[in-house]
Amino acid sequence: MQETYNYKVVRQFSIMTVVWGIVGMLVGVIIAAQLAWPALNFDLPWLTFSRLRPLHTNAVVFAFGGSALFATSYYIVQRTCHARLFAPALAAFTFWGWQLVIVLAAVTLPLGFSTAKEYAELEWPIDLLITVVWVAYAIVFFGTIVKRKVKHIYVANWFLGAFILTVAVLHLGNSAALPVSLMGMKSYSAYAGVQDAMVQWWYGHNAVGFFLTAGFLGMMYYFMPKAANRPVYSYRLSVVHFWAIAFTYIWAGPHHLHYTALPDWTQSLGMIMSLILLAPSWGGMINGIMTLSGAWEKLRTDPILKFLVVAISFYGMSTFEGPMMSIKTVNALSHYTDWTIGHVHSGALGWVAMISIGSMYFMIPRLFGKTQMYSPRLIELHFWISTLGVVLYIAAMWISGVMQGLMWRATNTDGTLTYSFIETVTAMHPFYVTRTVGGLVFLSGMFLMAYNVWKTVTADDAKAIDAIIPEPAH
Amino acid sequence: MPEYDLMSDFTSPFWAWYIFIIVAGSIIWLFYLLMTQNKEKRNTDIKPTGHKWDENLEELNTPLPRWWLQLFYATNIFAVGYLILYPGLAVFDGVLGWSSVGAYNEEMEAADKKFGEQYVNYLKQDVAELAKNKDALTTGSRLFSTYCTQCHGSDAGGGPGFPNLRDGDWLYGGDVAQIKQTIATGRQAAMPGWGAVLGKDGVKNVTAYVMSLSGKKTAGDLDAGKEKFQQLCVACHGADAQGNIALGAPNLTDQTWLYGGSRRSIEKSVADGRNGRMPAFGDFLGEGKVHLLTAYVYSLSVDN
Repeated sequence: MQETYNYKVVRQFSIMTVVWGIVGMLVGVIIAAQLAWPALNFDLPWLTFSRLRPLHTNAVVFAFGGSALFATSYYIVQRTCHARLFAPALAAFTFWGWQLVIVLAAVTLPLGFSTAKEYAELEWPIDLLITVVWVAYAIVFFGTIVKRKVKHIYVANWFLGAFILTVAVLHLGNSAALPVSLMGMKSYSAYAGVQDAMVQWWYGHNAVGFFLTAGFLGMMYYFMPKAANRPVYSYRLSVVHFWAIAFTYIWAGPHHLHYTALPDWTQSLGMIMSLILLAPSWGGMINGIMTLSGAWEKLRTDPILKFLVVAISFYGMSTFEGPMMSIKTVNALSHYTDWTIGHVHSGALGWVAMISIGSMYFMIPRLFGKTQMYSPRLIELHFWISTLGVVLYIAAMWISGVMQGLMWRATNTDGTLTYSFIETVTAMHPFYVTRTVGGLVFLSGMFLMAYNVWKTVTADDAKAIDAIIPEPAH
Repeated sequence: MPEYDLMSDFTSPFWAWYIFIIVAGSIIWLFYLLMTQNKEKRNTDIKPTGHKWDENLEELNTPLPRWWLQLFYATNIFAVGYLILYPGLAVFDGVLGWSSVGAYNEEMEAADKKFGEQYVNYLKQDVAELAKNKDALTTGSRLFSTYCTQCHGSDAGGGPGFPNLRDGDWLYGGDVAQIKQTIATGRQAAMPGWGAVLGKDGVKNVTAYVMSLSGKKTAGDLDAGKEKFQQLCVACHGADAQGNIALGAPNLTDQTWLYGGSRRSIEKSVADGRNGRMPAFGDFLGEGKVHLLTAYVYSLSVDN
């Protein structure tokens, strides 16, 4: 009997990507509505913005994005190594373990258990579980690389490997804490004061850099050339921008702490490294977009390629915006405003979600013995809905953020501030409503996706079969 | 080595050099990466590198795009220039001698130079006079919008726990010197909680008595409440329950209730105490602005 790929765990993570996408974005829409209409807190502690916001970020980053990364990385590493997944029991464990982490997060965060570290709010027992799951993930992934039947390691795997290794280091470093209570789920950070802030943003920015960038670049490097049926534009560019990204991102955290108690030299370093990061980031954009050169006409007809290309465009735009916002004088205007929220979501919705959605539409039918989704027209509709949602969201936040920043610094001729804080809040209200609508539009696209996926995997000719491993070309 | 530079836990100069070596080494490494990796000639034929994965995944030997390479070099060169001009190497302040504290002080000095004179002039006038000066009141109201509305409200009408500043009723006194003192040095109320001493019935009785002082009726033994009141409450609120501005103890015989005049709210005040706090603004705002704010707040109650 011929050896097959292990698609079971890929299928599981793929389906959960859609489920958690809906959950995470739904919570996002709820908290967006709460900001526009605070009465929606209902005066219930577990429904307040402060508790639901970390639930939203954890759900979209780690549940939705994480499941997408697990699914695609297991698919990519097998297919580009021409080898069945190493340690299948551990791979199954990563699925159930990761789902348990997500469920625990969904229970503990609304109950108010939180380390108060952004994007690392989960308390220490859950952190330990994450560590175990992540080590298992690394064993499965790198074990499969070791098993590979081809000499060269495909570029997508460099990015996925860097993502897995670095996230391990970040998680261990940032979550280092002294537990003081098991049932009370309470611990104290190993760091204090400004050093705690620095470690937090070293982690926080690299959660963006390695989880939300390197990991998804790995996804891009597989699904873009596959969907376009074209070779990757430049091997050399992939080498240089990979090492430059892996090296430079890790420095960029201090730009979150401009004009704070962080020493000046640290702030300056964070800024220049963020600027240097522009070219390495754009290397990925160039390699993604230019892979389509010679096949541009496919963009007209293939909605999956539309998702991928627009995702890469948003990636290019956010990675230009990020370095600009890290410049101290720009940051003096943008910091603490909604501009930051807009920036994050052009990355999170425009890049991360859209590249994941495009990749899922390509991969899911293949996991069920089919060549395409139930309805390509629904993919097309989903694409336009998503694009509209992102544009509404980020345009609202840009305008609101710049307006906020300008209102905060406006002064009268007698030197007093022109606007009291509440006036800036009132001025933001229409944009908060627009943002809620944008989020709702994007979320509605996810329901279309769920329907399309459901019809695809339950179709009469859909079979959950594992593909046969082809002979490597060399 | 600059003094303000390092985090306070890094007491050894070793760390500054540690940082310098890593930063310098990193920038050199980035240049090295770009110079050594720009291998493909610009005029070569573009073709696949010869590796193939998963049936059709290939890579072309396209050289690094020139504009991209130049962008990368440009940001590196900018970084080197920035590190020469500004602090970033831990061992070296940068030739411009810039620091965030210095920049803040400069901006504050410039603002003082530009706007300081008006406050000096206002300081020469007394508050009653300023309270009729339109320009002074405009600036005062803007200061109030920035610093005071968070608690006292945009209309200075207060809210539960935060006094109304327009009703002529003053916890700590409403003459100019008293208002100024409240703004400059703050106030800390200290109504102790009597729940443990009085017990549940005691709290109920005292509440009933207190409410009767302003003509409200509620269930409870008024005589027992009065007895406890005279033991425990008169020290601050006075035998006549008219309060004491020296202590910020409110008059309990009028209709002004800082925390609300319902039975439940008063019971809570009696049982758990209240510790309202007005922060001190003197050091933060300076004498001139406190003077102007005093005039503005004073004008609010005079108008009424």
